[in-house]
Amino acid sequence: MSPLLSISIVFTLVVYAIAMLLALWRVLRGPSAQDRVLALDFIYIVGMLLILVIGIRYASSTYFEAALLIALFGFVSSAAMAKFLLRGEVIE
Amino acid sequence: MESELPFWTELAVASLLVLSALFCLSAALGLVRLKTFFQRMHPPALASTGSSWCVTLASIIYFSELNGELHLHVWLIIILLSITVPVTAMLLGRAALFRGRQAGNHTLPPALHPKSMPPEFEKEDTKRS
Repeated sequence: MSPLLSISIVFTLVVYAIAMLLALWRVLRGPSAQDRVLALDFIYIVGMLLILVIGIRYASSTYFEAALLIALFGFVSSAAMAKFLLRGEVIE
Repeated sequence: MESELPFWTELAVASLLVLSALFCLSAALGLVRLKTFFQRMHPPALASTGSSWCVTLASIIYFSELNGELHLHVWLIIILLSITVPVTAMLLGRAALFRGRQAGNHTLPPALHPKSMPPEFEKEDTKRS
């Protein structure tokens, strides 16, 4: 792997980590519950992108399936938490 | 890495990755700095559209060049995100409206549902019918 690609991959991973930390600050501080759910959903999406970039780094397409699973679980958990905030129950 | 890629492929992949990182950083800054919840609902869309499109295109270019054939399966992630992200945003927005009205926030628009109308309107409706 050439230095151009490896440096840009490391830069991307570091910026993703910074973005996740900023969103974590919003999760911990967020004035209302829906702010926390929104920031958790954002952390899920950034984690999925991080795994895709790591898959490019190691030139393996196995990481793609893990990213797909994380995207699915992120959607299910965020939808369940939003439904709970809306109705007080997840399944009625 | 045993096989060297052409320079233009690496340049395209690297610039797409850096672009996605910048999208993601601006989304996180917006999530931290904006004032109200309904303003804060917008920045995560930047990560789930721009950032994920850039990473997916970079992944497609990289693996297609690495294996010598077209690898489009990473496209599934874009399709999945474009279906699921609006659903989450709608549910969260409705939850925020509901909770804001319960908390007595008068800056929110009134509900369209007839159950939450004041009683005098309901009486007029029954007279007409």
